[in-house]
Amino acid sequence: MSKVVINIVRFIVLVFIQVFLLKNIAVYDLSTPYLYILFVMLLPFQTPHLLLFPLAFLLGLSIDAFYDTPGLYAAATVLMAFVRVAFVSITVQKENFDNTMPEPTIGSMGFRWFFTYATILTLFHHFFLFNLEVFSLNEIKYTLSRFLLSSVFTVFLILISGFLFFRKKRV
Amino acid sequence: MRHLLIFITKYSAFFLFLIFEGISLYIFINYNDFQKASFINTSNEVTGNLYQKVNDVDDYLRLKEINDRLARENAQLRSHLKSAKYNDTAKTGKVVDTINKQQYTYTEARVINNSVNSRVNFITLNKGSNNGIARGMGVVTGAGVVGIVVQASPHFSIVRSLLHKDTRISAMLAKSKEGGSFRWADDMDPHKGLLYDVANSAQPHLGDLVVTDEHSLFPIGIPVGKVSNLRPKTGGFFLNMEVRLAVNFSNLEYVFVITNKLAQEQTTLEAQQKKEPNE
Repeated sequence: MSKVVINIVRFIVLVFIQVFLLKNIAVYDLSTPYLYILFVMLLPFQTPHLLLFPLAFLLGLSIDAFYDTPGLYAAATVLMAFVRVAFVSITVQKENFDNTMPEPTIGSMGFRWFFTYATILTLFHHFFLFNLEVFSLNEIKYTLSRFLLSSVFTVFLILISGFLFFRKKRV
Repeated sequence: MRHLLIFITKYSAFFLFLIFEGISLYIFINYNDFQKASFINTSNEVTGNLYQKVNDVDDYLRLKEINDRLARENAQLRSHLKSAKYNDTAKTGKVVDTINKQQYTYTEARVINNSVNSRVNFITLNKGSNNGIARGMGVVTGAGVVGIVVQASPHFSIVRSLLHKDTRISAMLAKSKEGGSFRWADDMDPHKGLLYDVANSAQPHLGDLVVTDEHSLFPIGIPVGKVSNLRPKTGGFFLNMEVRLAVNFSNLEYVFVITNKLAQEQTTLEAQQKKEPNE
């Protein structure tokens, strides 16, 4: 039950951080972080698909409402949710966990797994987002540099927050 | 039928992905050109009010800077006052001005949301249709052109800033009156734009002022920026040049929305003309 509350709070906090703080941040006009996708990454493994996709859609739509871009972030976030499903089904054997399912965090899954997971999801999300936003091959040079630099920034923030809040608890 | 159901549940992730991606792209394609009003933007009550609250705090922290800018603008306006000028003719008499009627009125509004680091930047203002703001009006500051109103709700309005990939403004070189089109440059620099399709006969110089011309929805002569580079890129049959924007978009606070009193007359006339084909 408390997991539901934690996730609702996480949703609200991440949207607020994104639209009131990170929206105003850009390094050399090229690198803008999108930390809000952390919400989809941190949903528990046993989240049913029937809940995962509506949540991703809702999250993207909330960001859209603040960015004045109806549908853009929703499309990118839903795509990311699909990549998450594929990645988890390839790398995580569900039979290995008896009743205690771990959450996809640094603490329970280890740095290497979480780093790959966050990087791949971020790359898919950002690539789709920037290309859909610009929707033109004329500016592909800038779009790609924005995509790469922003991905670095986002992954950096995700890892930092992972180390801050999800460190492995020492026994 | 049973096999179909098993098939769908087995690949539920894929089908759910298709459904929600389809909805997102449908919204993206249908509502992004603002032809149809949607509620997913900053002019609705929830997002608009949240931005307003955050902006109140932000404004408080920047009071000094805003004061300075207003004082500078006041000084500039004061120098235009009648009392600041002297009359060098001996004859004085009261002149009733019957020629100059007001065409443009200015409504002051505060910027409560703004961004410069996306390819599509919008600005939200704290005044809306209750204050007479409507779609298609121009927005300026004391320094120059800011953007065009694309949507207005009762209390808020959304402005498509000059820093948007689809914004085009008709502009000219102030000295030679050579007209062209203005748009934001590709490289996402919030200080630079591009004046393109200028006639080849024009002889622009570095530092020439670029202002709005009579084809734009702004009054003539509002600054857009200054020419900063004469050869930004090759290609095309006409001249193009880089323009350094007059407005600093990263610290917009107060703007003016321009109401053109003759706009309606002009659009109805033009619509009428379109309806009746030329004989």
